[in-house]
Amino acid sequence: MQTNSTNPTLITIEHLSYNIHKEEILKDINLEISQKDFLVIIGPNGGGKSTLLKLILGIYEIHSGSITIKHTSTSRQLDIIGYVPQNTNINLNFPIKVIEVVMMGFASKKKLFGYAKEDLTLAMSLLEQVGMQEYAHQRIGALSGGQRQRVMLARALFADPKILILDEPTASIDVQGQAKIYELLKKLSEKIAVIVVSHDLSVILNYATKVAHINKKLSYHDMSSFENSFDTNKEHICEVELLEMLGKIK
Amino acid sequence: MIEALSYEFIQNALIAGILVSLTSGIIGSLIVANRMVFLVGGVAHAAYGGIGLALFTGIPLFLGTSLFAVLAALFMAYITLKERDKTDIFIGLIWAVGMAIGIILVDLTPGYNVDLMSYLFGSILAVDHEDLYFMATLFVLILLVLTFYYKEILAVSYDSEYASIRGINVKFFFTIILILSALSVVVAIKVVGLILVIALLTIPIYIAQYLCTTLYSMMLVSGFVASLFTLVGLWLSYTYDLTSGACIILVAALSLLVFMIWQKR
Repeated sequence: MQTNSTNPTLITIEHLSYNIHKEEILKDINLEISQKDFLVIIGPNGGGKSTLLKLILGIYEIHSGSITIKHTSTSRQLDIIGYVPQNTNINLNFPIKVIEVVMMGFASKKKLFGYAKEDLTLAMSLLEQVGMQEYAHQRIGALSGGQRQRVMLARALFADPKILILDEPTASIDVQGQAKIYELLKKLSEKIAVIVVSHDLSVILNYATKVAHINKKLSYHDMSSFENSFDTNKEHICEVELLEMLGKIK
Repeated sequence: MIEALSYEFIQNALIAGILVSLTSGIIGSLIVANRMVFLVGGVAHAAYGGIGLALFTGIPLFLGTSLFAVLAALFMAYITLKERDKTDIFIGLIWAVGMAIGIILVDLTPGYNVDLMSYLFGSILAVDHEDLYFMATLFVLILLVLTFYYKEILAVSYDSEYASIRGINVKFFFTIILILSALSVVVAIKVVGLILVIALLTIPIYIAQYLCTTLYSMMLVSGFVASLFTLVGLWLSYTYDLTSGACIILVAALSLLVFMIWQKR
């Protein structure tokens, strides 16, 4: 367990396994995520990436092993995690404004009907951060997939989380938009833990401090102390080894 | 037409029509937004079992129908939350079984058998004070639930997965929406009948969907549009001596057609 006070451990995963109908999805996962980490999770489709995220988020129940999320006694565990889902194309006909989506599910009891002024101000400033402020009063269904993903990012940031989890956040965003999102995430990761599922190699190269490859089992790479040694006897080869072979990582 | 307004049954019909229309606007918006139109259709038909139960046992009609509709709604809530992919099959099941139970119970009821048509197509001109109290109570109940839980219901309806991550009890609110829908179906049966309930709960919403960007404005606009349909339908029914429920629905359908053509323009 890390005891570094400037970069405390926020999530500790120990011996986590998960089965669906006796089929092994995750096997003996061990992982620590600290406050200033920018963790990129990679791996093949069906390898268990989204399952791991949903276990951390508490959407799925843990059967074996443990996930410990550190939180101050005053906050609920849920309040410290922000989540951006992979699929943002849900309920496109739903009558809801962009700004309402940003404030969604944040149970401010200050006002019964309508929203408190400080909530609206915060929502607007978050929309500005993701470059969507001019769409605040549009219907969410009228936006493009990429625009919706940015709105979902603003929504995740609304509760001021200590951990931000994103499941392929830039899948339908153009290259310029992607760079903008990742610059924002990089800035955020100086203060909060950022966990991203992504297939994008440039993300790993430019932003990640840690990389986890998941295919049932987890293989871990710390990008800051990467050794230039490629071990062909390893059980797994992933993008990180490939990059290393190509000499892209020091 | 003016002298018609002095009859008590016409006054009752107008009050009932507007109360039920406003209720339908609110609940219909939730049903459409949550994509449970056919689920509620199933509950509406299952409610006929309650009509049979009330006639057979002699308990008040609204009580029997509400009981049956709420039980059907709870059963469907359980199925939807536990075995989502089997929802369609169970909608078909409660739809048919509820009606069958109702018909058998009416068969078994000794003496004069009431007109089945009035339950299938509504009997707004036969609304009494008891009916009005029930409608008003339900309307107030729905307003109260929305006043306290609008944001939670909005979150659950739009993105239930995210709502549950944020600590909102999705199952609880989903069940609440279904129970309120079942009770709204019961009062709407009085106005347009159980065959036509779904039209009243969807056509106004379909129109409002294009005009509104928020859920509450959709509820208001749908309620207003539904009231308009009900009043025009009632007037046609009174003037030409036609079945009121069918008039209301045809006015709604015709307006929808005009609206769609106007939109395409």
